[in-house]
Amino acid sequence: MKKYISYFRMWLVMGLQYRAAAFGGVVTQFFWGFMEIAAMHAFHASNPASYPMTMEATCSYIWFQQAFIAMLSARVFDGEILESVRSGNIAYELCRPVRIYDLWFFRSTASRLSGAGLRCIPILLVAVLLPESYRLSAPAGPGQFALFLLTLALAVLVSVAYIMLIYISGLYTVSSDGLRRLCSSLMDFLTGGYIPLPFFPEKIRRFLELLPFASMQNVPLRIYSGDLSGTAMYRAIGLQVFWLVTLVAVGRVLCRGAERKLMIQGG
Amino acid sequence: MNHENQIEQNKRTGALRLYRRYLSILFRSKMQYKKSFFMLFVGSFLASFTIFLSVYFMFRRFPQVKGYTFQEVLLCYSIVLMSFSLAEIWARGLEAFPGMVRRGEFDRVMLRPRSLLLQILGTQCDIERFSRVLQALVILLYAVRTSSIPWTPLKIAAVFFMLTGGCVLFSGIFLIQAAMSFFFLDGLEFTNIFTFGLNEHGKYPVDIYGKGVLWVLTYIIPFALVQYYPLLYVLGRRQELWYAFLPFAAALFLIPGYLLWRVGVRHYKSSGS
Repeated sequence: MKKYISYFRMWLVMGLQYRAAAFGGVVTQFFWGFMEIAAMHAFHASNPASYPMTMEATCSYIWFQQAFIAMLSARVFDGEILESVRSGNIAYELCRPVRIYDLWFFRSTASRLSGAGLRCIPILLVAVLLPESYRLSAPAGPGQFALFLLTLALAVLVSVAYIMLIYISGLYTVSSDGLRRLCSSLMDFLTGGYIPLPFFPEKIRRFLELLPFASMQNVPLRIYSGDLSGTAMYRAIGLQVFWLVTLVAVGRVLCRGAERKLMIQGG
Repeated sequence: MNHENQIEQNKRTGALRLYRRYLSILFRSKMQYKKSFFMLFVGSFLASFTIFLSVYFMFRRFPQVKGYTFQEVLLCYSIVLMSFSLAEIWARGLEAFPGMVRRGEFDRVMLRPRSLLLQILGTQCDIERFSRVLQALVILLYAVRTSSIPWTPLKIAAVFFMLTGGCVLFSGIFLIQAAMSFFFLDGLEFTNIFTFGLNEHGKYPVDIYGKGVLWVLTYIIPFALVQYYPLLYVLGRRQELWYAFLPFAAALFLIPGYLLWRVGVRHYKSSGS
């Protein structure tokens, strides 16, 4: 365990070096959040009665989504993991006394945390200071805030566990570009990346809430504003834990299978 | 025909032939990985289809937004999607250009006695993104048939102007993005706002985002000239004919783009490798 933790720390520090790239990300994410909230305002104005959340909850949902994009998004991949499979450098890692699954899991968690750590603070700071109709408001209460932090951590782990399956698929097919693009756009949509889950039609939403994708953004971002509470909230947290355990178990089995008959690209 | 004209003529047909040759090489190399190509084809289809679905879900809940109906928004969305996808297919080389500068590969391009832009455009061509163009075409036809717009030849022409103008504008933005990498030695991530950002948020007529956004997209990046104003004419909200011709003004955006590119080429210092 100790070796994984030191790897984790190493990658975390490494990720924190890319400050200029993070600054570009901040500007982009900020623009994105602003445009999304503006569109939501237009829909809200057209018919406030059929708007399923409060405007305040929507704003905090969108700002957190943008601030933590590097941590929760389906489009962020660790380039070095992909490259190590493509170039065959994975052979070196296989020689070391570490498990590939655990190594990659720690590695992508670290790179996601460092990416988000650099980006989230400026975005959240500005979002708090915006005029009221765009502002990121305070959490619904201290209890909700604590649960928000807990479910956010779970959400990161579930996202990583899902992304791990995509990395592992690379071990089976070598060129996983197509599969990756397919999975990430699907995941983006089903997590609520374009519109938050409450905006989906009722029946589809009920089904989606059972899938692992709902555990990745929907749960923490809605708990913060009190939009998700009561028994529905506890059920959602239970589902997060369930999906984390399941995805990790599936990933490990697949990874072990791949390690057994892995073909290394020579070079 | 005098001699100089002859050379000029040869150069031009040569350029076209060279470009065709580049495309055929790219196509054949893609066909070596058929399964991957198919996946990418489906993947990029799905990527924009999910945006379509989210628009659809929003309109199941809200009958209209700022007076625009679902069909009217689809008309706008499909035109933007098609023009952006076409620009992305053929100008993909420009999009990947910052990497070329960073790796010092541009030196090689400069050594060859051929147009620089032609060579760069010939390095990549994402044919798998035609799945998006196809999708946009289907949505466009659906929107044209189901919206209650009384079509006139001029309105149909306006739609074509929007498509072409949009494609030219996006190509111009890609060109500026590429030219900037001469000065910063790297792609600037925030410029994606004006490519992917405008494609995605351009699904709604831009006035729904408020006056400030409309102003920026009229006078700074003339996206509203290919999307919002001609759309008003097509939808019959404005009668002024010149609204339909505004995409031509947006096409002028290529000029500063090209100038910046020229300055950039002159300014270029190899990163070495």
